[in-house]
Amino acid sequence: MSDPVPLLELRHVVKRYGAVTALADGNLACGRGSIHAVLGENGAGKSTLIKVISGVVQPDEGEMLLDGTPVRFSNPLDAQARGIVCVFQELSLIPDLSVADNIGLVSPPRRFGLIDDRAQRRRAEQLLARVGVEGIDPRARVRDLPLSRRQMVEIAKALGRDPKLLILDEATSALTSEDVGRLSDLLLRLRREGMCILYISHRMHEIRALADTCSVFTNGRHVASFETRAHGEDEIVRMMIGREVSQVFPPRPAAPATPLAPVLSTHDLGWEDRLRGISLAVAPGEILGLGGLDGQGQREFLLALFGGLGGCTGEIRVDGKPVTPGSPLAAKAAPLGIALIPEDRKTEGLMLAMSVADNLTAATLSRWRRGPLLDRARERSAVGDIIRRMQIKAVPSLPVATLSGGNQQKVVIGKWLLDEPRILLLCDPTRGIDVGTKQEIYRLLRELADGGCAILLYSTDYHELIGLCERVAIFYGGRVVRTLEGDGITEEAIIASALDIHPTTQPAA
Amino acid sequence: MNGSDIRLFARHNAIPLLAGAVFAAMFVLYLALQPRGVTVGTLVTASNKGVLLALIACAQTLPVLTGGIDLSVGAIAVLANCLASTLLGGSGLSLVGGVAATLAAGALAGGFNAVAVVWGRLQPIIATLATSSIFYGISLLLRPDPGGDINDDFASALTGDIHGIPTTLIILLAVLLLFWLPFRRTLIGRGVYAVGSAEAAAYMSGVRIARSKACAYVLSGVLASLAGLLLTLIAESAQASAIQAGDLTLNAIAAVVIGGTSLFGGIGGLVGSVIGAFILRTIGDLLFVLAASPLWQPLFQGLILLAAVSLGAIPLLRNRNRLESFR
Repeated sequence: MSDPVPLLELRHVVKRYGAVTALADGNLACGRGSIHAVLGENGAGKSTLIKVISGVVQPDEGEMLLDGTPVRFSNPLDAQARGIVCVFQELSLIPDLSVADNIGLVSPPRRFGLIDDRAQRRRAEQLLARVGVEGIDPRARVRDLPLSRRQMVEIAKALGRDPKLLILDEATSALTSEDVGRLSDLLLRLRREGMCILYISHRMHEIRALADTCSVFTNGRHVASFETRAHGEDEIVRMMIGREVSQVFPPRPAAPATPLAPVLSTHDLGWEDRLRGISLAVAPGEILGLGGLDGQGQREFLLALFGGLGGCTGEIRVDGKPVTPGSPLAAKAAPLGIALIPEDRKTEGLMLAMSVADNLTAATLSRWRRGPLLDRARERSAVGDIIRRMQIKAVPSLPVATLSGGNQQKVVIGKWLLDEPRILLLCDPTRGIDVGTKQEIYRLLRELADGGCAILLYSTDYHELIGLCERVAIFYGGRVVRTLEGDGITEEAIIASALDIHPTTQPAA
Repeated sequence: MNGSDIRLFARHNAIPLLAGAVFAAMFVLYLALQPRGVTVGTLVTASNKGVLLALIACAQTLPVLTGGIDLSVGAIAVLANCLASTLLGGSGLSLVGGVAATLAAGALAGGFNAVAVVWGRLQPIIATLATSSIFYGISLLLRPDPGGDINDDFASALTGDIHGIPTTLIILLAVLLLFWLPFRRTLIGRGVYAVGSAEAAAYMSGVRIARSKACAYVLSGVLASLAGLLLTLIAESAQASAIQAGDLTLNAIAAVVIGGTSLFGGIGGLVGSVIGAFILRTIGDLLFVLAASPLWQPLFQGLILLAAVSLGAIPLLRNRNRLESFR
């Protein structure tokens, strides 16, 4: 499997941003016809490593060899010209252009010097078919596609450049499990055809299934490279975080003897054609999971509860009284007390250019008011408290954009904890976040529930639903097709219900 | 084109199509109320006024598509006007040279903007505000007093009609057909949209960002100088007027927005801006034939502009997902 001269080799690569050393000792060697996984917590230097390889940033020290000859890329175009193509975690699609335009963005088929639309569309169709998503219309605008479809387009676009080295940076984080299956087949096929694939993911079972070799990074340093099967999952996780993971999920408390009255319930809730008669209830101290394939109405359901959707039908009740939250402002105020941790932390969760402190107090400004002015001292002490409680690694006065993904997500959650919500809605809160931070978030959710908060958790990671939730409502086509409880929450049951292949007790449409 | 192609086209071009319908209605009304009836003369006059603003609106559209703006388009037109008034007195080759020199001056001015915005990394709004003053300053030096010496035959040929079709309209159509339609399908044209829609994503995809942006400003300069050239031929004189430069710039921005180009970049095109410019010009003419007092004209013009821009906001009202309003 290992050739004498690897396709790509990095030796002692160093990258500093000002005083911060993001990559202290980057070593890597990967050969043709192999899938190489790069593992590490957020902030371990994986992203910087990828950026160096794909020409986004230039290394300060060390050398990079392609086919045994030293190379240096001054921009992504340089790297692409040498056959290195990256599928970025932050999508590199242009929202206002069509799918076909995006796939052919840099080197479209041309006739008489002009872009040949017809040929371009045919090529897009071929590439989409190759990735296994023939259903996407190449004429559709990327803006109009859901996130999971965009990610598949992104992969098709990368393949269109005939890469020798394909880098997938958290490329599966937004995919449905069905797409992950398609992608796995595709990657194994590409490997047989001789492509070298660099695979970055937090999903251990995908890595176990796909990768030939693993390289682990911690604190910007390369720790070890080994054949995937040489070490067990626990060992690999230990290498990544340098400490024992005793228990991934906190223990569930015993169910109360008499069930508590629900604090939030919906009755036949509908919106456009995305929500069709959802009736669910959640009690104080309960974590209710929302599961199913991606894009089956879970996001819309949470948005509807938080006042983000206009024109809902049916009823939402808080404490048994019908309410119609008309905006997030109304939803968060007493007597509702609802908070939503949104799907996209960079656009909906944070004001990236503002400081950590300003972000943390953004949802609760009226509390820190004295007369018409903000009381800076009280604001500061509240910020200090929440940073300690959440163990956020950050300087309060720096822009929140400078934090790692995991710490950014902690800021989003911390912002709403300051508001002491009675009902907490979370939309896939651990997407693209490292193992350590995930566990902290799990512990925090359990603490909040124990404190009497009612929690609705939508997650694309089945293990989270299994490990955290008392009940899981499976969405399919805007309906709840099945509710799993207690020991009935198994991976098989979730997957089966998500595909709607079990006979349901709900009346069919 | 099959049915689904047409539906997709209509959905992606809703605002320009609507603007086109509004313009058609306004222009038919204007022609119907026109006391002297529809003659080639009325069409030529309407075309000359409309095409002038339309070209400047086209010039403005390119930088706006990249997510920038060019506050100097009016000043470049005035500069071209003043320059042309000193170069278009002769005949034959000297005329051709004069036209070429005027357009080259526009390209140079646009190039100056491109250097400031693309390589100087200055914010377009402030960089072009500054260069607009520079261009106006040069116009003043070129032509301290109004006037000019222009070849009469050339001027009447280009501002008259060919078989009843206004010549200026033909020039505008030539710009759209021979420049814009092919340009959209070049890599640079695609890059203009990509940069305006998502600059970081375009960079990560290896799009040549600087080249596309710079081209947008240079071509903007050329189109603005073409407008200045027409202005010279229509007026047969030139004046270094800061008021006119500002007026043209602001009306061009209004025309761009009415035509459905997003000020955030990435969406829209020249055709919409041309329609927007025609709508703006027809407002004035309509008020005139309706015998409204000239005192009322600016007020009406403002109200109608506001109404037109509100049309573009209608899709927002239909947004059932409230988060969509912020995209």
